[in-house]
Amino acid sequence: MSALLEVEQLEVSFGRTGAVRGAALTVERGETHCLVGESGCGKSVTALAVMNLLARGARRSARRLAFEGQDLTRLSDQGMAHLRGNAMAMIFQEPMTSLNPAYTVGSQMTEVLRRHKKASQRAATDRAADLLARVGITAPGLRLGQFPHQLSGGLRQRVMIAMALMCDPKLLIADEPTTALDVTVQAQILRLLASLQRDLGLGMLLITHDLGIVARVAHRVSVMYAGEVVESAPTTELFANPRHPYTQGLLRCVPVPGRIKRDQPLGSIPGTVPRIEPGFQGCAFRERCDFADATCAKTIPRHAATADHDFLCRLPA
Amino acid sequence: MGAARFSRAPRFRTKLAPAMLQFFARRLIVAILVAATVMVLAFALTRLSGDLAISIAGPNATQADVEIVRKAYGLDKPLSVQFFDWVGRAATGDLGDSYFFKKRVADLIAERMPVTFTLGLTGLVIALVVSLPLGILAAVRENTSLDRGVQLVALIGQAMPSFWLGLLLMITLGLQLGWLPISGTGSWQHYVMPGIVLAFSAIPALTRLTRAGMIQALGSDYIRTARAKGLSRAAILLKHALRNAAIPVVAIAAVQLGFMLGGSIVIEQVFALHGVGFLAWESIGKNDFPVVQAVVLVLAVIYVALTMLADLMNAVLDPRLRGP
Amino acid sequence: MSTVSVITGPRRGWRSAGTWIGAAIVGVATVCAIFAPLIVPHDPFTQDLSKRLLPPFWMAGTNPDHLLGTDQLGRDYLSRLIWGCRISMLIGITVTIVSGLIGITLGVLGGFLGGRVDDAVLFAITTRLSIPVVLVALAVVGLLGSSMALLVLTLGLLLWDRFAVVARSTTMQVRNLDFVAAAWCAGCSRARILLGEVLPNIASHLVVVATLEIALAILLEAALSFLGLGVPPPLPSWGLMIAEAKDYMFFSPWVIVIPGVALFVLVLGINLLGDGLRDLFGARSDP
Repeated sequence: MSALLEVEQLEVSFGRTGAVRGAALTVERGETHCLVGESGCGKSVTALAVMNLLARGARRSARRLAFEGQDLTRLSDQGMAHLRGNAMAMIFQEPMTSLNPAYTVGSQMTEVLRRHKKASQRAATDRAADLLARVGITAPGLRLGQFPHQLSGGLRQRVMIAMALMCDPKLLIADEPTTALDVTVQAQILRLLASLQRDLGLGMLLITHDLGIVARVAHRVSVMYAGEVVESAPTTELFANPRHPYTQGLLRCVPVPGRIKRDQPLGSIPGTVPRIEPGFQGCAFRERCDFADATCAKTIPRHAATADHDFLCRLPA
Repeated sequence: MGAARFSRAPRFRTKLAPAMLQFFARRLIVAILVAATVMVLAFALTRLSGDLAISIAGPNATQADVEIVRKAYGLDKPLSVQFFDWVGRAATGDLGDSYFFKKRVADLIAERMPVTFTLGLTGLVIALVVSLPLGILAAVRENTSLDRGVQLVALIGQAMPSFWLGLLLMITLGLQLGWLPISGTGSWQHYVMPGIVLAFSAIPALTRLTRAGMIQALGSDYIRTARAKGLSRAAILLKHALRNAAIPVVAIAAVQLGFMLGGSIVIEQVFALHGVGFLAWESIGKNDFPVVQAVVLVLAVIYVALTMLADLMNAVLDPRLRGP
Repeated sequence: MSTVSVITGPRRGWRSAGTWIGAAIVGVATVCAIFAPLIVPHDPFTQDLSKRLLPPFWMAGTNPDHLLGTDQLGRDYLSRLIWGCRISMLIGITVTIVSGLIGITLGVLGGFLGGRVDDAVLFAITTRLSIPVVLVALAVVGLLGSSMALLVLTLGLLLWDRFAVVARSTTMQVRNLDFVAAAWCAGCSRARILLGEVLPNIASHLVVVATLEIALAILLEAALSFLGLGVPPPLPSWGLMIAEAKDYMFFSPWVIVIPGVALFVLVLGINLLGDGLRDLFGARSDP
């Protein structure tokens, strides 16, 4: 049986700027796959490209982009719309603005089920109330009749999650779902996502730049840099044995209890993500890398450290 | 449990929050003050020309005739007495008597108002039927030649002299093609040409506003959510985007109707539609000042009422204005 | 979010053909207005009843001496058209000066001082918007008799609302900027800050409003003259030309087409130029 989501050689460009350059990743059924990297490295664009939600003016191509073995690049707009919100759902970074201010929570939730499953308003309302209760919202009946502006940011993100679950999706893409929330609420939402993923057997693609989140919830991690997946491995393997200098740098930036000493400064990676012009070759990280030399400007081979751990660097060790 | 409570809950609660009630109370006070100010201005306007008695009595009147007129119309009293006399009676709905028509002004206006209102509503409906689709199309195809074409239509509408367009339509649609009657108020066809002309004055603003609102809505996060939910294109455009883009359009449409009623005087004259505008035009020619000041006042009050209606519709359409 | 939207924008400002077309139209109209007495081929007031309603050059039976034909009194149409341009431009600009002075003063004071003053300005704007412009202008001219000066004064007193709205909102924005705060701290007087800091910074917005108001004043003058209560005859205002030719329009449509097209093109040109300037300045003109 094929994996839930397979992406190979994904390219997305806006005009002459390449936002995603040959990214590859695989999400298995029932697995949480984290996509990490600093802002502007193409994580969100990758997710939007999978959902075919890119802004007008963006160009997308891929050697393979398949959901349950079905080729998404050949799917019509209508076929794609039939999958979205149904078998694959997405939640976003901005809960404050992601709900339509003109409609009640109930009307926005029920329309998904009514569209994809041809459910009655009655059945859809029942399901919406159940799901609101499931995501930890008290008095769901009351909330269904409320408008988004009457809810806090944390509540709105819970509504977004419940709405994404309306049609029992197999894949849930969560694009930095906690970034815009208060720290205490962040932890609650994250715990909720992790428990939903486990209980419902969801495949989840979780986009984040927070390695603390990754360590707690991910089964597998892919590290993105400048539009490429530079390293991908099971979570424990990646944290124990990071191979790409960028991954190593990222891990040095995270305080891990027991591993860092009190008076020792935290690590940091100097510089910023470079702008990738057309015709760019070699490793995009070389300008910021301690190990870089002339060969880094040539095509970089992908190495396999173990059967399910690979990375993109000229250094084999 | 909760589901049952929801299904009984009304979809749109039109109950206004206390903050909204306070807002409308304030608006009402402002509206009354505006009406009072307009009364002063309208009264002053008709006294600009100096001795009204002479102009009413006519060019061949003797000094004695003028004095009789002055007494009969109360023009011998001090201006302040005349003013408060008018205000006091206007407050009870008595707008005085017309010198020329020899009728109560309130009755005259009530007789003519249906024509002006029919014309204004026809114009508004035509303007909306043209503007909404054009604005939506332009927004969906932003920065294409279609978008630029729509903006050109708006520019043309803005530059079109309404009375001239009316005459052109009379020549083409009326005389050469014979599709529509040229003037008068006999049937609904009589309102089509003037309605089109009147609509032209509102089309630019409504089209631009629809376009801008739709562009803003289509670029918003909730539209991305709607797409992520796999909704149909029609539902995304018409249910989710248009609903939000329509909020300012509806408000401006009400205000535009106010401008149209005030501006219909030119078009009523061109098409010989005997509405309030035509009445005012006739009265100006006859120095019939009670009618002139009353029409100014009535149109101003209607405009103020329409702006309040616009605010109310905004509150109905935009749940955020209804308070938490 | 790292979504980037790179869409090539439309041509704007001086790169837009519309701006150039607008500037060209306004340029030609300005030349016509200033030099009208020198460039008219005939006297626009001389009647010649033997040459009534001659058709323009593209129609049969035209007289090469009268390129755009003659009106019902045998006056040269081209000359009257050029003279009418002078009147339209004169009225458009003078009305805008009057309305600009009123509106900008009110708007800047309201926006700058805030509080009670601003409430009063807002009330004035609301009251002004509720007054039907065409009706009141007709009434004033109808009761006092038509003259250019009265027309300009009346329209000027009625068309200041957009100036006030834009001046008020832009002043409020500028008032809160850092350099104004710096001027306060440097001990500048209120008047100095208003004239030296605020006005220069809202000027571009006001120029854009001015173009729109010139266009609106020209259209209104034409409408009032058309109704016989604007520019007094025999002055060749375009609106008056259309009104005088109305009785002949079913038989000789060009008598209303020619002045109407001139009016339409001039107003379109001014609006195109205004749109171009708005894009150039990045200003807003909507209330």
